[in-house]
Amino acid sequence: MKNASIFATMKKQKSIPEPTFSGFDLLSEEIVFTLLDFLENPVDKKSFSLVCRSFYDIESRHRKLLKPLRSELLSKVLLRYPHVSNLDLSLCPRVTDATLNVVSSCCKETLRSIILSRSKFFGHVGLSNLVVSCWNLVEIDLSNATELKDLAAATIAEAKNLEKLWLVRCKSITDIGIGCIAVGCRKLKFLSLKWCLGVGDLGVGLIAVKCQDIRSLDLSFLPITNKCLTQVLELKRLEDLVLEGCFGIDDDSLAALNQGCKSLETLDMTSCQKVSHVGLSSLTTATASLRQLILSYGSRVDLALADSLQKLSMLQSIKLDGCKVTCSGLKAIGNWCVSLSEISLSKCLGVTDEGLSSLVTKHKDLRKLDITCCRKITSTSVAHITNSCTSLVSLKMESCALIPAEAFVLIGQRCQFLEELDVTDNEINDEGLKSISTCSRLRSLKLGICLNITDEGLIHIGMSCSKLKEVDLYRSDGIGDSSISAIASGCRDLEMINIAYCKSITDRSLMSLSKCSKLNTLESRGCILITPVGLEAIAMGCKQLSKLDIKKCHNIDDTGMISLARFSQNLKQINFSYTSVTDVGLVSLASISCLQSITVLHQRGLTPRGLVAAFLACGGLTKVKLQASFRTSLPELLVKHLEARGCTFLWRDKVFQEELDPKCWKLHFNEIE
Amino acid sequence: MDPDERLCAETWAKSSSDREPLNTDSNNRSITDFDRQQQKWEESSFNGCGARDPDQQFSGFEGPFTSDVDSQRKKKDLHGKQIPEAHESGNMQNWDPSAMLNNLSFLEKKIHQLQDLVQLVVGRRGQAMNQADEILVQQQQLITADLTSIIVQLISTAGSLLPSLKNSESLASQLGQFGGITSQSVRVTDNVVHNNANKMEDHPDPTGVFEDHDMKSDDDAEEGENLPPGSYEILQLEKEEILAPHTHFCTICGKGFKRDANLRMHMRGHGDEYKTPAALAKPHKESSSDPIFIKRYSCPYVGCKRNKDHKKFQPLKTILCVKNHYKRTHCDKNYTCSRCHTKKFSVIADLKTHEKHCGRDKWLCSCGTTFSRKDKLFGHIALFQGHTPAIPHEGAGPSDQGQSRSETANKIEQLDFNYKLDEPGRSVCQGLMELEGSGEDPSSYFSPLGFDTSSMAGFQEFPRPLFEDTESSFSFFLSGSGDYSPKNGRYAAPNDLE
Repeated sequence: MKNASIFATMKKQKSIPEPTFSGFDLLSEEIVFTLLDFLENPVDKKSFSLVCRSFYDIESRHRKLLKPLRSELLSKVLLRYPHVSNLDLSLCPRVTDATLNVVSSCCKETLRSIILSRSKFFGHVGLSNLVVSCWNLVEIDLSNATELKDLAAATIAEAKNLEKLWLVRCKSITDIGIGCIAVGCRKLKFLSLKWCLGVGDLGVGLIAVKCQDIRSLDLSFLPITNKCLTQVLELKRLEDLVLEGCFGIDDDSLAALNQGCKSLETLDMTSCQKVSHVGLSSLTTATASLRQLILSYGSRVDLALADSLQKLSMLQSIKLDGCKVTCSGLKAIGNWCVSLSEISLSKCLGVTDEGLSSLVTKHKDLRKLDITCCRKITSTSVAHITNSCTSLVSLKMESCALIPAEAFVLIGQRCQFLEELDVTDNEINDEGLKSISTCSRLRSLKLGICLNITDEGLIHIGMSCSKLKEVDLYRSDGIGDSSISAIASGCRDLEMINIAYCKSITDRSLMSLSKCSKLNTLESRGCILITPVGLEAIAMGCKQLSKLDIKKCHNIDDTGMISLARFSQNLKQINFSYTSVTDVGLVSLASISCLQSITVLHQRGLTPRGLVAAFLACGGLTKVKLQASFRTSLPELLVKHLEARGCTFLWRDKVFQEELDPKCWKLHFNEIE
Repeated sequence: MDPDERLCAETWAKSSSDREPLNTDSNNRSITDFDRQQQKWEESSFNGCGARDPDQQFSGFEGPFTSDVDSQRKKKDLHGKQIPEAHESGNMQNWDPSAMLNNLSFLEKKIHQLQDLVQLVVGRRGQAMNQADEILVQQQQLITADLTSIIVQLISTAGSLLPSLKNSESLASQLGQFGGITSQSVRVTDNVVHNNANKMEDHPDPTGVFEDHDMKSDDDAEEGENLPPGSYEILQLEKEEILAPHTHFCTICGKGFKRDANLRMHMRGHGDEYKTPAALAKPHKESSSDPIFIKRYSCPYVGCKRNKDHKKFQPLKTILCVKNHYKRTHCDKNYTCSRCHTKKFSVIADLKTHEKHCGRDKWLCSCGTTFSRKDKLFGHIALFQGHTPAIPHEGAGPSDQGQSRSETANKIEQLDFNYKLDEPGRSVCQGLMELEGSGEDPSSYFSPLGFDTSSMAGFQEFPRPLFEDTESSFSFFLSGSGDYSPKNGRYAAPNDLE
C-alpha cells in the first residue's frame, strides 16, 4: 500500500512539467523487481506501470505469472510480458491449437509452467508445438481434458524436462499414453492420474519403473491392483501417495507386500474399503517416516487397526472421516507413543465421550481437530478437549447436537490460539460467542444455523476478532444489521461473508460491508429486505467482489444490475434467481468482462431475446444455469455457438419453492437426518 | 589279453566318444583344446557315473565278441592288421593322405563284408522262421555278432577320417548321418539278437550294453529343475545329428524316419520277425529294472549357455529341447511368415504358432516389435531404454492421422538412426569377443538377449536390477538387439577364433 501511494504521488509529480532527476534511476532493476514483489494487488502494479515508460518496461519485464481471461488477446499480452514463465489459461473458456501455437511461438524457452485445466478445445497438434518450442516446461496441468487421447500423451512425452504433470480426469488416455510419458518424461516428480480410468496396472507400473524421481503420485480411482503397487512402493523418493478409491487393492494383495516405501510421508487410502488392519500393518511395516495417514471411509477403526499403526513413530496426522469407530480403538490411538497434531473424526459413527476424551487427553499437542457430526458427544468431551488441547488452532464441530450452550464458553476460555472454528448447527448462544471473542487470532468463524445467537454476542466478535476473513452466518436468523456493522467495521480484512436467509438484514448491513475493500464473496441469498441501493454500495465499495449470490432477494431489480455492471468489474459468478431482474439488467451485466457463471432460475422478467443478446455479448461465459423451458425457446444455433465458445449450459427443471420458516426448516432437516 | 584286442577295445572307447558324447574330432579345435576338453569330459561324465563308464561298457561287450572272434579264425587276421591302423589315424591330428587312403580302402572292404553278411541274413530269414534248429540259431547269432563288429569298426574308421578334413561341413554331416544309421543298425541288430537270446537262455546275453545305449539316446528321464552339477549325465549331440531331418534309419532299405515308432512300423514290411510284440515294443521299456540315470543334454555350440563348458551351464532336458534350442538360437531363420513377411523362424512349429496370431498383434513398440499381449509390450518397454509404446492411429480426422503417421514414422526413423549409431559400438564388442575368446565367454552377456529366448516373452523374467545397474554399458547391446536378425556378428566370432 505504501508503495502504491508513492507511485501515486510520483504520477502526480509527473504532471508537473519538471522532469527532475528521479531517485528510481539509481536503483538497479533487481531492486525495483524486489519492490514490485511487494505489490500484491494487481491494481497497484497497473498504476505503477502507468507512471512512465521506463516503469512500464520494468513492469513488463517483471511479470512472471499470467492468468488471462481471454485467449484472443494472448499474442499481444505475451509480447508485452516477454518474461512470463507461468501461464495459467484455466480462465480461458476456449483454448485451441491456435492459442497454443501463439504461446509456443511467443514464450519459447522462458515458459516453465502452463495450466490448461478446464480448457477443452486443444489437441495433440497444439500440445506438440508447445512442448517442442517450450522445451523448458516443467509443469503442465491438463486436468479435465477428457478429449485428449494417447496421441496427446505421446506428445507430452517429448517434454523431457517435465517435473509436474496433472492428468486429472483425462479419461481417454490409456496405459499406452502413460507408457509414452513414463519413457519420455524421466524427470517427473509429481504426477496426478486421478480419474484416468483408462490407466491400469501396466501404465502405473511403467511409471514406477521409468520415473525414479517421483515424489508425489496420485492414483485415485484408478483400476489398479497390487501388481503395480509393488513397483510403486519401490520408488526410492516417493513421499506422497494417494490411493483414494482404488477398489482393486485389498488385504490379500497388501499382505503379500514385503517392503514398504521408506521415504513415504503421506498416504491417502480413502475409500479403500477392502483394506483392513491386516493389509495396513504390512503396508506400514517399513514406512517408518509416514507423517500423514488418511483412512477415511475405510474399514472399522478398532483395537486391531489402532495397534497395527502403532509402529508409525513419525505420524503427525491421521484422518478417519466416515469410519466406524469403536471406543477401544480410540483409546488405543490415545495410547500411541507419538503425539499427533491433527486428528479428523468427522462423520465417524461410534465416537463417544469416553473414547474421544481418552484420545484427546493423551494427544496434548493437537492443533487440528475435526469432530463434525459426532452426534453422541456431550459437554464432557468439550471439557476434555479444551482442558488438554490448549494449543488448538482449528476446531470443527458442526452438528454436535448434544453439546449444551454452556460448553462453548470453555472453548473461548481455554483455546486462545484458535484460528478456525466451525460451530455450525450447534446450541451456542451469546455467552459462548462472548467467550469465543477472546480468541483474537480467529480467521474463520462459521456460525451457520445457530438459532440461539443474536446481535449481542456477535457484536463482541466483531469488536475483538479483527483478523476475521471468513464469517458464515447462514440461516442464523437471530442476527440483524448491528452485528454485521460491528463485524464490517471491526474486521477490515473480511473476504467472505454469508448472510443467507438472515431475514432481518437490510441495506444498512450492505452499506457497512461496503467498507470491507477485500470482500470477494457475498452470499445474501434470501435476504428479502435488501434493495438495489445496498447492492450499489457493495458494488462501489468492494471492488474485489467476484462471487455474488442474491437469489430470492425479491427487491433487487435492473438498477442493481446496472450498478454492478458499472462498478464490479471483477465479478465472476452471480446468481440472481427469483429476483425482479429483467432483460435490461441481464444485458447490462454482459459488460462485465470477467463474468463466467450466471445462474438464473424462475426469473419472470427474462425473455429468450434478452438471453440471446446477453450471452452473445458476454464472451467469457463458461457456465449458464437456466430454466429448462428456455431450452426450446433459445435458437439451437446460438446454443451451439456458445458451446463452441466454451460455455456449458445446465438446464434445471425445478418447481418454484416457497420459502420455509427457519425453525420449521430445521425440523424438516432433522427429519431427513 | 591279446594286445590287438586291447587296442581294439581302445578304439571302441574312442568310437564311443565319437558317437554319443561330444564329437571332439569334428569340433574344429586345436589339439590342446581337444585334449583338455576330452579330459574334462571324461572327468565330469565318466568319473561322475562310474557305473556307466564306457570302458566298462565296451569291455562288457568285448567278452562275447572276443569269443566270437576266436571262433572265427578267418577274420582275426583282418582285425589284427586293420584296427591298429585305425587307432593310429584316430590319434593323428594332421592330415595324412596315405593314412586316409588306407582307411578308405579298409572301409571299402568292410562295406563289402557287410553287404555279404546282410545278404546272408536275407537269405536265411525264411529258413530261420521255419526251422528251430539249434545250429542254425547259433550260426545266425554269429552272423549278427559279425555284423555288429564290422559296423563298429566302420564307425571308428570313418571317425578317424574326420580330423583330417577341416572345414568340410558336407562330409561331416554325412558322417553324422552315417553315425545315425550305424547306431540305429546296432539297435536293430540288438533287437534281433535279443529275440534269439530269448530262445536260448544259457548263452551270455550281450544285449544289456546296447539297451543302455538305447536309453541314452531316447529316454528323456524325469522332470527336475536345478539339478546339482554331477547329479545327472550330460550328453551332447553333434550339430549334424541335431539338424538331420531323420534320426532313425532302416537297416535294410536305408529309409529314414523321424520317430523310432515309425521305423518299427516300417520294419514290419521287411519280414515277420519284425512283427513280434517284442520287436514292436518301445525299446527302453524292457530295461526298466536298470537304475535310471538322469540325463541332460548339452548344446554343441561353444559359448552357448546350454553348452556344458559354460560357466552358468543350464542343461537341456530332452533331445527335442536340444533340437529346438539349436535351431532357434544357432541357425538361420528360414521360415518367413506368409502374412506379415517380417517375422522369421527357424522352427516350423514356431512359424505355425505365429501365423495363428499374426495380424492380431495390436500392441506395437516404437522399435517395430509387435506383441499380442499388452503386458508383454510393457515388459519389453520396461526393459529397454528408449523404447516407447507406439500409438495406433486414432480416428481424429484425416489431417491429424496423416500427421500422426508421419510423426511415428519419424520416431521410428530416429530409433533406426540410433541403432546405426550403435553399430560401431557393437563392432567394438565383437572385437572384444574375438580377443577374449572362450576364456571370458562374452556370450554370457548375450545369452539372455539373443540366445536363449527367441520370443520376447522371456525377457520379462530377467531381474531388472541387472539392467538398471549397468544402464550405460548395456545401452548399445539393448538397442542392438531390437532387430531380430541372428546374424549380427555373434555367430561369426567363435569361428574367427579358430
